[in-house]
Amino acid sequence: MRKTFWLVSLLVVVSLVLAACGSPAATEEAAAPAAEPEAAAGPAGFGSTLATVKERGSLICGANSQVPGFGFVDADGNFSGIDVDYCRALAAAIFGDAAKVEFRPVTAAERFTALQSGEIDVLSRNTTWSLARDTELGGNFTSTTFYDGQGMMVPVDSGITSLEGLEGGTICVQTGTTTELNLADVMASLGISYTPAVFEDADSTFGAYAESRCDAVTTDKSGLVSRRAVLADPAAHVILDVTMSKEPLGPMVRHGDDQWFDIAQWTVFAMIAAEEYGITSANVDEVKSSATNPEILRLLGVEGDMGLKLGLSNDWAYNIIKLVGNYEEVYNRSLGPDTPTYIPRGLNSLYTDGGLLYAPPVR
Amino acid sequence: MTAMKPTLPPLTERSNVLRWLRRNLFGSWMDALLTILGALIVYWVVKGFLTWALVTADWRVVAANMRLLMIGQYPIAQAYRLWIGLAFLMFLSGNSLGIWARQSRFGPVLLLAPALLALLPFGAEPRKWLIILTVTGLAGWGLGLLRPEVLKRSVIAGWVISLPIFILLTRGFSESASGFMPAVQTNLWGGLLLTFLLTVVGILFSFPIGVLLALGRRSELPVIRLASVGYIELVRGVPLITILFMAQLMLPLFLPPNVTIDRVLRAMVGITLFSAAYLAENVRGGLQAIPKGQFEAAHALGLNGAQTMIFIILPQALRLIIPILVGQFIAVFKDTALVAIVGLLDLVGIARTVLAQPEFLGRQREVYAFISLIYWLLSYGMSYLSQQLEERLGVGKR
Repeated sequence: MRKTFWLVSLLVVVSLVLAACGSPAATEEAAAPAAEPEAAAGPAGFGSTLATVKERGSLICGANSQVPGFGFVDADGNFSGIDVDYCRALAAAIFGDAAKVEFRPVTAAERFTALQSGEIDVLSRNTTWSLARDTELGGNFTSTTFYDGQGMMVPVDSGITSLEGLEGGTICVQTGTTTELNLADVMASLGISYTPAVFEDADSTFGAYAESRCDAVTTDKSGLVSRRAVLADPAAHVILDVTMSKEPLGPMVRHGDDQWFDIAQWTVFAMIAAEEYGITSANVDEVKSSATNPEILRLLGVEGDMGLKLGLSNDWAYNIIKLVGNYEEVYNRSLGPDTPTYIPRGLNSLYTDGGLLYAPPVR
Repeated sequence: MTAMKPTLPPLTERSNVLRWLRRNLFGSWMDALLTILGALIVYWVVKGFLTWALVTADWRVVAANMRLLMIGQYPIAQAYRLWIGLAFLMFLSGNSLGIWARQSRFGPVLLLAPALLALLPFGAEPRKWLIILTVTGLAGWGLGLLRPEVLKRSVIAGWVISLPIFILLTRGFSESASGFMPAVQTNLWGGLLLTFLLTVVGILFSFPIGVLLALGRRSELPVIRLASVGYIELVRGVPLITILFMAQLMLPLFLPPNVTIDRVLRAMVGITLFSAAYLAENVRGGLQAIPKGQFEAAHALGLNGAQTMIFIILPQALRLIIPILVGQFIAVFKDTALVAIVGLLDLVGIARTVLAQPEFLGRQREVYAFISLIYWLLSYGMSYLSQQLEERLGVGKR
């Protein structure tokens, strides 16, 4: 009698398992190839990331879905922003198709774990380059795509003009970010005591500030500018003339795959170089056929085999410029004067215009 | 029991509104004070809310992003498949109402809801489909009224296959983009669609697992009992968010580099396994409430262990715990919001990305109010259905 009961139970379990396997969501498990020949080949430092990405047929990009101008989803369901466009450029360099990228929204707390565990191929999510992150978190920053710095915003009528004015006050800050650590460092070095009010995401941090639950709010200046624009009365808030940190933001890849690192880094350089030489998505074909500058010819793959050295095709940079644009185009699309999130170029100008953007020669 | 004639109230106790007010709200000066205070608070809250909702709030953010909130990044050209799936569910609902709730006047009204929604400023395409939903619902209802006995079996079969059909329609068939119903990868599933699927899969699969775990915990075989107890206590001892983090971020570390398990599937499995542990304890509570005499009576009738469980004990135990079960199901529904933290764009996740659109910065209140309304409507709907079911089964009355 008991046997029948267990038989019935077993049947139920088995049918459940079958149902789970039969559901179409399960069919997406990719069949694991027995070996990866690419991983073994190639010189030292060549990992398997490029091969994995090519085999998968798309790049998985850890993106932000909550920062205006850098990474968000527009009303048509498309990811948008400067960090997001970097991933499109990377996909264009690899596949010659800027659409072959799958965006995976990652939060500040989980982003490094997601990169380490291979959930994402590249992390392009306004992440600050710092020594600890470059070493112990198992990632490599490729290069800076946006030079930022931490600022402090206070209401004008508070009369506060310097950090010292915040003695004993409450400061809204997002948790799990370098912003929070910087704030503690700077205030400790100045001997100012304050109460941090920490929040999980940027929206709650600024929501609390808007409701006057704290005396000041701190984050990168880029964030302050775009957030101030939407406060009830933007003119009633002032960003203090202090820069509490260097915040170089840029894409990050895993340790241990130098080839992939090079590709990710030169994607940024190609966009900067294109701006320097005045190549845009509109005129790239014309430049390609008429240019005489050997640097431009090498960049666009007309001469030399620069792309092959990276493990890509020679028209990698041409594809980036043609399909996504040069640095200026990408910047203006998301942060330019015509957008609600306008941030002046400042440090993010070419070195020839007094900024910090400088691409090594393509040679 | 002999029928008693109702006692008429004495003539002096003629009830009218004023008398009722005086007795219940202004019985003493203390009551009067509290009443006035309460009324003022209600007035301020309601006035504040209405002023905000009707004057201050800018609902364009919700209107412009309705598609994102409902189906996330699911390609708009393929949305008709979801509507077909919904129409199928509406037909089944109407059919069931016609067969099992013939007397209910509320049922058919419910079927009109999509048509009423069509009055809101949606585009032409959603409007057309909302009206189709009502039509199929009413058609199912009519058929159910006419031929209840014939349709009973087919409607039950329909419900059984409804989830696989809905998931198949959502997922698609053809791998090539130009083929019949091209596949839509799960990373594009989002909004209410994702919340709905996570909830339904979580509830449907955790229920049988929970029942088996509860039986296992009462088993006389030590291995099965210990395994069940171990599982239940382990899973109940950790928060759901840690399970989701494990599934989304830690799992790939243990898998070979080229094996990837779909993220939505991982979230579904995580929610199912978590909910099963809680359900097991709820079911165990129900099992313990069944008197020993029921087991003895079943044995006396010659039923074996499995028959006793399936025909005598479980039906009574499950009937007893309907309110707790529904509580657990509502909890599962709301817990799915946690997947937003591990980067899935469910209703909450997509709401947070909508808030980052430059043209709608600072519209937190409108967006969160809207998704709260959706959560409340669906939770209340589940609660209402369970009350109907309890009434039908006479829970707490016999």
